[in-house]
Amino acid sequence: MKKALIASVSVGALLLPAAAMAQDDTVKLGILVALEGAFAEGGADGVRNVELAIQQAGGMAGGKKIETVVAPTDTTPDTTVRQARKLIEQDGVDIILGPLSGSEGIAMRDYAKTIPDKTVINGISGALETTWVDPAENFFRFNLDGAQWGAGLGTYVVKEKGWNRVATVAADYSFGYTNFLGFAVDFCRAGGEIVERFWVPLGSSDFGGVIAALPDDVDAIYLGVGGTDAINFLNQYNQAGAETNLIGGTIMADQTVLTSRGRAKDALIGTPTSGALAEDNPDPAWREYVAAYQEAFPEGERFPSPSLFGVGYYVAALAAIDALNEIDGDLSGGQAKFREALADDPLDTPLGPVSLNENRQATGTVFINEVQDDGQGGLKNVMVGKAENVNQTLGMTVEEFTAMGLPSRDTPDCAALASGG
Amino acid sequence: MALVEQGKTVAQPWWFERITAPWWVLAAVLLTMPVWVNDFILFQVMGWTFILGMIALSMMFLAGYGGMVSLIQMSVAAMGGYMVAIFGTSGMGEISMGLSWWLYIPIAIVIAAIFGTIVGALAVRTEGIYTIMITLAIAAAFFYFTRQNYTIFNGYSGFNLVVPPMLFGVDWRQPMPFYYLSLGCAVLCYLAVVYVARAPFGLALQGVRDNPRRMAALGFNVTAHRVAAYTFASVIAAIGGILLVWQNAQIAPGTAGIPAVIDILVIAVVGGISRPIGPFIGALIYVLLRTFSPDVLMAFGLSGERFKLLIGLGFLTVVFFSPDGVLGLWDRWQARRARSRDPLTGGET
Repeated sequence: MKKALIASVSVGALLLPAAAMAQDDTVKLGILVALEGAFAEGGADGVRNVELAIQQAGGMAGGKKIETVVAPTDTTPDTTVRQARKLIEQDGVDIILGPLSGSEGIAMRDYAKTIPDKTVINGISGALETTWVDPAENFFRFNLDGAQWGAGLGTYVVKEKGWNRVATVAADYSFGYTNFLGFAVDFCRAGGEIVERFWVPLGSSDFGGVIAALPDDVDAIYLGVGGTDAINFLNQYNQAGAETNLIGGTIMADQTVLTSRGRAKDALIGTPTSGALAEDNPDPAWREYVAAYQEAFPEGERFPSPSLFGVGYYVAALAAIDALNEIDGDLSGGQAKFREALADDPLDTPLGPVSLNENRQATGTVFINEVQDDGQGGLKNVMVGKAENVNQTLGMTVEEFTAMGLPSRDTPDCAALASGG
Repeated sequence: MALVEQGKTVAQPWWFERITAPWWVLAAVLLTMPVWVNDFILFQVMGWTFILGMIALSMMFLAGYGGMVSLIQMSVAAMGGYMVAIFGTSGMGEISMGLSWWLYIPIAIVIAAIFGTIVGALAVRTEGIYTIMITLAIAAAFFYFTRQNYTIFNGYSGFNLVVPPMLFGVDWRQPMPFYYLSLGCAVLCYLAVVYVARAPFGLALQGVRDNPRRMAALGFNVTAHRVAAYTFASVIAAIGGILLVWQNAQIAPGTAGIPAVIDILVIAVVGGISRPIGPFIGALIYVLLRTFSPDVLMAFGLSGERFKLLIGLGFLTVVFFSPDGVLGLWDRWQARRARSRDPLTGGET
């Protein structure tokens, strides 16, 4: 009995708050990142890039030493909120960098409202709703959202390619809708016409029905699918003849698809896509960043060039360090000064200058890439243009954008956009 | 019969005299926990332990007393959570009906119980590995259905901002109230299982587990007993599911994805399915590993992204040394202590 009592008391003592709050001369960054599931590789690149940004800053920000804590998630919102709570309550971090994927971002927006004295800087999650619907005062996003990533592509295919009639095939979930909306808004306003829309479930392997139902009299097909779905689609599309031009969503022509085995991916040659970065961007800031990335990590432990996820986390860390330097590391008063410093002036990033709007959402550059043969039997993305200063409402007024409605299977209404301007 | 006659002559001890010392210590520790641990441990570690423990308890009831390993329990819990989001309030104003709590909580439990009963009715005609397969198939179907259906389950995004009602002026999502709420529900579910296991229904169910043919010959309706066991287990899972959605403040298809379904099985097996306390022990081990394994790795200077390895090794160790879970270890230790009690005679007592 006595032994049991002593045992339980000592267990209790062990459970006492182990991690004390951060000391005065350090600032603690929590890295909330997916390290399980489909995005695990990208998530690990996110962690690397935060380390790179800290290393470049000499491990210091605003005169304080930077400490990091990694909180792994599995891209489900449940786990994300649990891990964020652990970062704040158990590890005592000052700032959270993350999360990585869309539904996690929405969950973090709601969680951020319960920790008004801390700050969350988004990693690379791209759901429109995160900073558009009921945004949190302490949630900042320095990357563009899924809809913004689609912008610029529509004008490009109408003006440069002369493709005016398209059918669309996109993934039936929030990122699919959002990314499609960005393309469609731009495309319809440039005078294009969407003949038919198909929505395919995430993770489906049989596209035969959709391919058979695609109309013949279109100039191109927009593909808003990614990863293994994209490879499956291309295989079956090839078998069915592969006659029409393709337009890719942001995740259509990424490295997983371009480096896949088999010839099906050759159907992608000449396909324009749009997204957050261009690997062959000639901007010196980008070149410098890629060189630093390649130098910082041995070749076996990194991607050939930074991934989308990596760049997102790098920019988030950069923003945090920049703002901390500006205020000399003064996080008192519920981090009010820190938030002001984050919001005020445009940040110079490897992707060009980024400024924040009143919802703390980034306005920045979208890159248009085209898939080309690299001459060695592989495929590569070549930058063919960019759209600068793409804002959250895609160039519309807030009222117009609100009137259009949130992304869904039927939004946006193409005809209404074309006539409206 | 002999027991009853004895009871007449010997004075019955008070009910609390029959509770042994370890239980009193456990009760004291659990009740005073808010005094000596921080909010994170209370809300996240202990709250989650009780919730997962309840869901695994419903599986333990079916597997331990009914001999039916059902993988549907996490889906039933998620169904309860979804119903709270749909009939109560959430961030999805177009779908949520905003009924009051005394209406939506019973509705959620009843619908989840109906769902569990229907699955049970389908599954009871199968045995062993086929029960596992059919319940796993339905759990997978439930996951994909919630992910594709936008009119009721709001698809991929699910529901957010689902919070417990403000009752008696208490915000039940604060760490201490939530701790006591989940502790209370867990204790009630535990006692309910202990009671039912000794009630005629539970005894008949264990009879069905051991020899269904003989029970049928004795006039018991084997199928009805098994289906009723599913219904009872579903109610417990639904309570766990409702607490889970309140704790996370949101629910999405991933809540009842295949990994989560398997996690419940792992929890029940690691804890041990011979007694109702097992699932709670398993849940505590699971939550501690889940929460702190990245820190342990980092403390040894290893990369935190390999934390799943540590979790897997932890479970492997338990199952390797004790195929019947932590409870099995405990039982063997007790047995050895009892044997070594009399070193002089060498007898077992």
